[in-house]
Amino acid sequence: MSLLSVENLRIELALRAGPAPVIDDLSFTLEAGRTLSFVGESGCGKSMTALAIMGLLPDVGRVAAGSITFDGADLTTLPDARLRQIRGNEISMIFQEPMTSLNPVYTVGEQIAEVLRRHRGMTGRDATARAVELLDAVRIPNARSRVTAYPHEMSGGQRQRVMIAMALACAPRLIIADEPTTALDVTVQAQIFELLRDLAHDTGTALILITHDMGAVAEMADDVVVMYAGRAAEAGPVEAILDDPRHPYTRGLIACVPHLTADPEAARGDLTEIPGIVPPLASLGASACLFASRCAHVHDRCHGARPPAFDCPAGQRAACWLEERA
Amino acid sequence: MSLLEIENLSVRFRIKGGWGRSAWLHAVDDVSLSLPRGKTLALVGESGSGKTTAALAAARLVPASEGAVRLDGTDLLTLEGETLRRARARVQVIFQDPYSSLNPRLRAGAIVREPMDALNTPPKAERADRVAELFAQVGLRPEQQALFPHQFSGGQRQRIGIARALATRPELIVCDEAVSALDVAVQAQILNLLRRLQAELGLTFLFISHDLGVVQHMSDRVAVMYMGRIVEEADRGPLFSAPLHPYTQALLAAVPSIDRRRRGRSAVKATGETPDPLNPPPGCMFASRCPRAEALCRETRPALEEKSPGHRAACHFPGPSGD
Repeated sequence: MSLLSVENLRIELALRAGPAPVIDDLSFTLEAGRTLSFVGESGCGKSMTALAIMGLLPDVGRVAAGSITFDGADLTTLPDARLRQIRGNEISMIFQEPMTSLNPVYTVGEQIAEVLRRHRGMTGRDATARAVELLDAVRIPNARSRVTAYPHEMSGGQRQRVMIAMALACAPRLIIADEPTTALDVTVQAQIFELLRDLAHDTGTALILITHDMGAVAEMADDVVVMYAGRAAEAGPVEAILDDPRHPYTRGLIACVPHLTADPEAARGDLTEIPGIVPPLASLGASACLFASRCAHVHDRCHGARPPAFDCPAGQRAACWLEERA
Repeated sequence: MSLLEIENLSVRFRIKGGWGRSAWLHAVDDVSLSLPRGKTLALVGESGSGKTTAALAAARLVPASEGAVRLDGTDLLTLEGETLRRARARVQVIFQDPYSSLNPRLRAGAIVREPMDALNTPPKAERADRVAELFAQVGLRPEQQALFPHQFSGGQRQRIGIARALATRPELIVCDEAVSALDVAVQAQILNLLRRLQAELGLTFLFISHDLGVVQHMSDRVAVMYMGRIVEEADRGPLFSAPLHPYTQALLAAVPSIDRRRRGRSAVKATGETPDPLNPPPGCMFASRCPRAEALCRETRPALEEKSPGHRAACHFPGPSGD
């Protein structure tokens, strides 16, 4: 049985114009010790998926259909009290902004200890001692004296390490990292990635990594879901999708970023553009391919019906009519 | 001849401590660069390395403490009054955040017109036509002149910012992280636009970015900054294929890549933290994080020297990362 399995998930936001499906018929599974990455532009539903798993959807959002099964229990139907036990204990989250996610008026040690007191019922002294161990585990030098530091006394990379220490505090089985390195410099990003990789390797924790950077996906993930306008455009093993992307959106996402190449002397052409922008919320849920307006290979069928996910030779599934095989 | 010559530029900020103490922060320390007309020089480095301060000081938007910035032979730092105003028309900036760098109370057309009014060029009668021309050049529709910034997407706002920077027909444009706030698909549109405009108008770019992939795509020459100083400077090819300074090597190794040939490369790691900029060590600033550091590095600061023609590096032990 998979650690996490999401089936036909549909999340609707209540807008003035009516409900808009920001997640539309999304299915995926995640095994213990594996890393799954969600990638796509802003507004494609990556973070909404994470919030749904955590049971932290905004007030205007609701799970309209489908299930989120974690360790045999459907999170969408569990009572709040049981959900609170799972959240923080077994599933924890690392947020994007380490500056705004930490409380500026408490020391980092107090904030880590709070997690342990709440979820594990530890005494203050034990929790503080454990906080020092956790800061040491996320490789903050001189953890014993840094445990009394306030967030503003730390660098951006150190604050993100504190966030990771808090996420690790209860030894969760699943960590969701929402753009954990977006605000950080590349050398610090490399250190954080290495830390997350080692932790997943040592403890068997499963990791969901939300990012917009295909390079990060290549370095970190085993499997990837490319999201577009609330739907999975393409999903499967990272190697298959990077070597032979089948959905035009995936191809565009890979080609539009100037990646460092092994041969910098080669001539530079124009970057591939994906014209236009992500469709507005009001147009989500249409029975058509939502990428059609930006796609170079669009044909009549794309406007008439939503393409299902077709199996591709390399092992991934792509929701594009061009992948239909007789 | 170079369009822009920066010589020994330094920018210091006074940092006030408690009880009347103060210290000097050397944000930019003895930076010299030259940029030929029609080319792109990229300044790269991590946050706090001084790349933005150096470029803004060159555009006289931040006061420099020492040095000279010559545009076509004229030292911008000594100009005052009307001559300074005329010189400002020749140097314009594209800012990072297309949300906060546009006045929300002005219509897009007025935003693009503003520098022409402020710097009084070109003549008044031509300005409306110039705005229309600029909108066409950056790929906006003429009727969009009447809209306010909040009615545009991020990429369109950055197009307005570019049109505003082009308004006074500048020769030098400082692009300060011009695409880092944009989504990847939109980023490609803006990068292509910048390169097209450069070819059409013969623009010279001082391009500031922390994204090495973007820099590799855009630049002709690259200067790597670390804690206010240039640690390595070379043409694009040698800098990316044969970097000499361990910091450059660590930066390049840290970039995640989808290119199979670059993955699994021998990773040079920069561990540890940067030193306190208010109390810098006597030796090399990178020594505390450098895998190659020896006693000499901690005692004597290496000078920026030419190691091979056109390739400068500030390191006692420069060379390939073959460890």
